[in-house]
Order: sequence, then structure tokens, then C-alpha cells
Amino acid sequence: MIKKTIFELKSLYRENMRIKGYQFGDGEKTVCILGATRGNEIQQVYICSQLVNTLKLLEEQGKITDGKSIMVIPSINSYSMNTQKRFWPTDNTDINRMFPGYYLGETTQRIASGVFEQINSYKYGIQFASFYIPGIFTPHVRMLKTSYENTETAKDFGLPYIMLRTPKPYDTTTLNYNWQLWGTQAFSLYTHETDRIDEESALQAQDAVLNFLDKNGIIDYKRHRGYISEVFENSDLVTVKPHNSGMFMSVRNVNEHVHKGDVLAKIIHSFEGNVIEEIKSPVDGTVFFAHSSNLCNEHSLLFRILPDGKIKY
Amino acid sequence: MIETVVSVGLPIDENLNIKKKRVTPARPLDGSEKRISVVTGIHGDELEGQYVCYQLLKRLNDNIEKLNGIVDIYPAMNPLGIDSITRGIPGFDLDMNRIFPGNSDGSMTEYIASKIIEDISGSAACVDIHASNIYLREIPQIRINEISYKTLVPLAKFLNVDFIWVHSAATVLESTLAYSLNDIGVPTLVVEMGVGMRITKEYCDQLVDGIFCLMKELGIWTGETITPKKPIISVDKNVSFINAVAAGIFVPEVDHWKNVKKNEIIGNIVNPLSGNVVDKILSPVDGIVFTLREYPVVDEGSLIARILEYTPEETQ
Repeated sequence: MIKKTIFELKSLYRENMRIKGYQFGDGEKTVCILGATRGNEIQQVYICSQLVNTLKLLEEQGKITDGKSIMVIPSINSYSMNTQKRFWPTDNTDINRMFPGYYLGETTQRIASGVFEQINSYKYGIQFASFYIPGIFTPHVRMLKTSYENTETAKDFGLPYIMLRTPKPYDTTTLNYNWQLWGTQAFSLYTHETDRIDEESALQAQDAVLNFLDKNGIIDYKRHRGYISEVFENSDLVTVKPHNSGMFMSVRNVNEHVHKGDVLAKIIHSFEGNVIEEIKSPVDGTVFFAHSSNLCNEHSLLFRILPDGKIKY
Repeated sequence: MIETVVSVGLPIDENLNIKKKRVTPARPLDGSEKRISVVTGIHGDELEGQYVCYQLLKRLNDNIEKLNGIVDIYPAMNPLGIDSITRGIPGFDLDMNRIFPGNSDGSMTEYIASKIIEDISGSAACVDIHASNIYLREIPQIRINEISYKTLVPLAKFLNVDFIWVHSAATVLESTLAYSLNDIGVPTLVVEMGVGMRITKEYCDQLVDGIFCLMKELGIWTGETITPKKPIISVDKNVSFINAVAAGIFVPEVDHWKNVKKNEIIGNIVNPLSGNVVDKILSPVDGIVFTLREYPVVDEGSLIARILEYTPEETQ
């Protein structure tokens, strides 16, 4: 294992922010694995730390293929993590909306540029991502439809689902999008949690990455092979929203199969305690995303259901 | 008449209401009236537009007989942000100006965005007032995406601003309110002026004069107006950016909206711990400082100033 500082930013009163990468193996830049870009992505850093720990052992056992190298970057935003802010501490900008970056630009553009310069020539790019709405996803691989996406390779993670999404304008400055434009096969992995560690899904994500590395001849790791991934598009998901605001009490969890009319959650009047709305599934399908806060606004995105029969291949 | 554009229930005994004031002529409407929409407060820390809305309404109310069209004023697109001194939408930390045109079947924020677009749709023009952010002070200016140059520059000249900046297109900006409205045929002018969390009365009054000029041009206003300033119109290549080369405390040595010569000092970045000047910032060109850093603490890369370089004609 070689520990590298891939980018360093000086500060007036804090220690320099050092973005560290852990390299395993030697030779072709094969895979780059990136954890947190935001200050609340604790689960994402944790998964990377577990990967660093495992890859160190595999390297000692000679199980990394000759001529292949793996880079793990647990966090590119330790300043925000240490101040418990999601975005950049001084100006609240989002590093994951700054790619490919600009080395003469503003601070977060420079961070994005400095990082991207180091990671834009890898064959595969894996990012542990998070969503802006508090909620729990069924672990999945997410890919932007840029015409460069390769769903067959994504199946090598062995996660239950692969979701394809047509990019929106704001996606064009994300790492995933720019990795693809620069010729890296990019995959975003979503697990259950963001700002707290969920060991079970962290382990699943770690196994998924190790499976991927094994199936692509980068390491020798023969364990549980995971799922045969099912592919669908974001637009296939059915959104479930409430007509009322109040306290949100979920009765069904992600990855559960539900039938049309099944009660998914109840909305409780926040002062009077009565049930003011039962949230029912509009379709037969699998719960793909579930809201996790105990408060909900009217029109909140509470559930996203993958209807039966929507799997493309 | 105060109307609710969109209302969404919040969890604890409150609704998020986005409201507008509709001002109509004293005479009965005949259906032929043009409508102008003035919007502000998408970013909760930008307050210059608050005073503009107040002054605009005051002048309209005092001279209602001279109104010949409909004026819709939306002072708080992001009311929770304004209330909580939050730039984005509280709870999501989401930039409201990156969610347009929204989606009536989408999440709460997308739903709100779609209702706003629906409400403004049909206006003869829209003025979207921004106030930079807490870090930078801006002269009154209009920013126009180059793809809308032909439609918007003739209208922008009425708004009595000092500067029209025609910037290059960027895909990420397609999710702004202005882009979405221009896309559906509502000419929308984005004003940037002043600084976040403050009100600069002089700039606000200047813009209010300009809005009346634009309304007169559109046939919405029949009263007296000033002759609007002749703005400098420039494209990206004439704008020089100065970013901090090191972290520290920025102390300006020039005034905002003043001429500078090449190599003239703009300011110093100093280190209060060591007592050193970390960087002496010099102007790279002859020009005018139209953006100047207001917030002293800088990281490496923080924007210090933007300078509009003189073109040969202007120098003469």
C-alpha cells in the first residue's frame, strides 16, 4: 500500500486539508474508488476505510493482479466533515457540482480540478454517493445515460439493481458525469445510509466492490457472488407523496415487496395525534426508496416503488 | 391584491406560502393588458430585492392612475430561506435556482418550482433580482446568457443598470428560473447588484427607476420616467477574474466601481497570526472594478475581484 497526498489546500488557521489516496498494486490505472465529497457522508468514508483495510490484507497475500493498480480516496472534503457541514465550510458550495473543476477558479473548483487531474485516467471509477433528501435506498448501482454507460460491467458488482437515469442540467458538473466524458466507466453506489454508519449495507457495498474487482481480473477474491442485477430506468419508479404534512410513521421498509393498496406509512397530526392519512402503494412492486425523517411536508417524496414487470434486462 | 401562488403544508402547524402582490390599473381590465413579473428572494440571503419591491409598490400605489397593465411582484420565492438567513431551501440545503422548471409530480421543491413557472408564464417580461452573495459586492448589472442576446439586450437597456454582461452558455444554468422562463417565451432579465444580507438603497432606487422605464416601453406604465443610463455591454473575454492565491484576510485598497490601471494595487491578503502580507494583489489590466470582495476571510481560490477591461474604443 502506498499512501499519497493527491491534493493539499492551505488554510489560514486550520491544518492543511490533505486529500489522501491509498494505492494498491502497481501499473495500469485500473480502478479509482472515491468516498465522501460532502461533509455528512460518513457511511461513504466508512466503506472506503473498510476497503483500505481489506485491500491491504489482499495485497500482503499477493492477491492483487500484476500490472493493475487500485486507488481508494476515502474523502475529498475533510474540512466539511470536521465542521459537520454538508458543503464547503466557507462558501457552502458543493464539490460534487464543480467537476471537472478549474485550477484557477474558486476554492471548490480548484479542489475538484486537483482531484480530477489525478483520477481522470482510470479505467473504472466507483463513487459512493448520497441523495439530498433524507431517506433509505435499496443498495444499487446508479449510472447516468451518457451513451458511454456500460450496464453489463455494472452487473459485476452483484448488487440487486442497476438504475439508469437521464442526466439533468445540474448533473453535468458531477464527478460521475465527467468521469464518463473523460472515458472512465463510472458507477455510483448507493447504500442505506449517509450520515450514520449502517454496517450491514456498508459490508454489502464493500463486498460489491470486491466482487467487481474480482470479476474484472483485478484481484483474486472468491466469496459470496451477490445478486444477478436487474436493470431499470429512474422514470420507471412510481413516486408516492402525501396530501398532508405531519409526523411520518413508516410501516414498510425498503426492498419489501408490496401490493397495490397496501399501507406503506401513516401521517399523524403533529399536535392531535390522530392518523390523518394512510399512505398506500399505488402499484404492486418493490420499495426502492423510503423517506427516513419523522417529519414530512406535503408533497414530500415518501416512497419510490419499482413496479413489477419494469425490469428491462 | 395579495395572492398565494403555491402553498405546501409543513409538518408542524404551518404552511409554506409563496405570495405575490398583483397591482392592476384603476380602470376595469379589458383583457388586453400586458403583465410584468418582478421576482426576488430565490436565495434567502439576498435582500436588495426586498427594498426594490417595497419602493416599486409604493410608487405604483401613489400613482395608480398611470398604470396601464398588470404588475405582479413576488418578493419572497424562498420565504423559509429569508426567514432563517439561509441561501438555499432550509432542510434540503438545495439551491432553489437549480430546480427549474420543476415538476408538478415531483418532490416538494420541484412541485413549488413548477407552480412558480406556471404562475409567471404569460408575462410580457420578468425581472429576477439577485444580490450577489455575502462575499462579493456587485455594481447594478444584468447577466444575459449569450443564447438570449438578441431578445434580452434591447430590453435590458431600459433597466438603468451600469453594465450588461453577456456570458457564455453553460448546461448547468439550464436549471435556473431565468433560463426556464426564457425557454417558454417569457423574456427574463437577471439583475445582480449590491451584496448579500444588506440593502444598498442607491442601487435599489436606480433599479426601480429602470423597472418603470421598462414598463413604459412595454406599455404598462404611462407616467414620467427617467432616461435610463447607457450601460456598458460586454462579453466574457473582457472580464478579468482575480482569485486569491493564498488563504488569509483580504483588505481592499481600491473602491468598488472605480477605474484601475494595470499593476495598480487592488488589496492585500494578510496573515493576522504572523503579521505578514501573504499576497499583494495587482490589477492585471486597465479597467473598472465591478465586483469586489466584501467578506474578508479568503481561502486559496476565493474570488477577490472582477475587472472589466477597457476595450480600445472605451479607452479612447
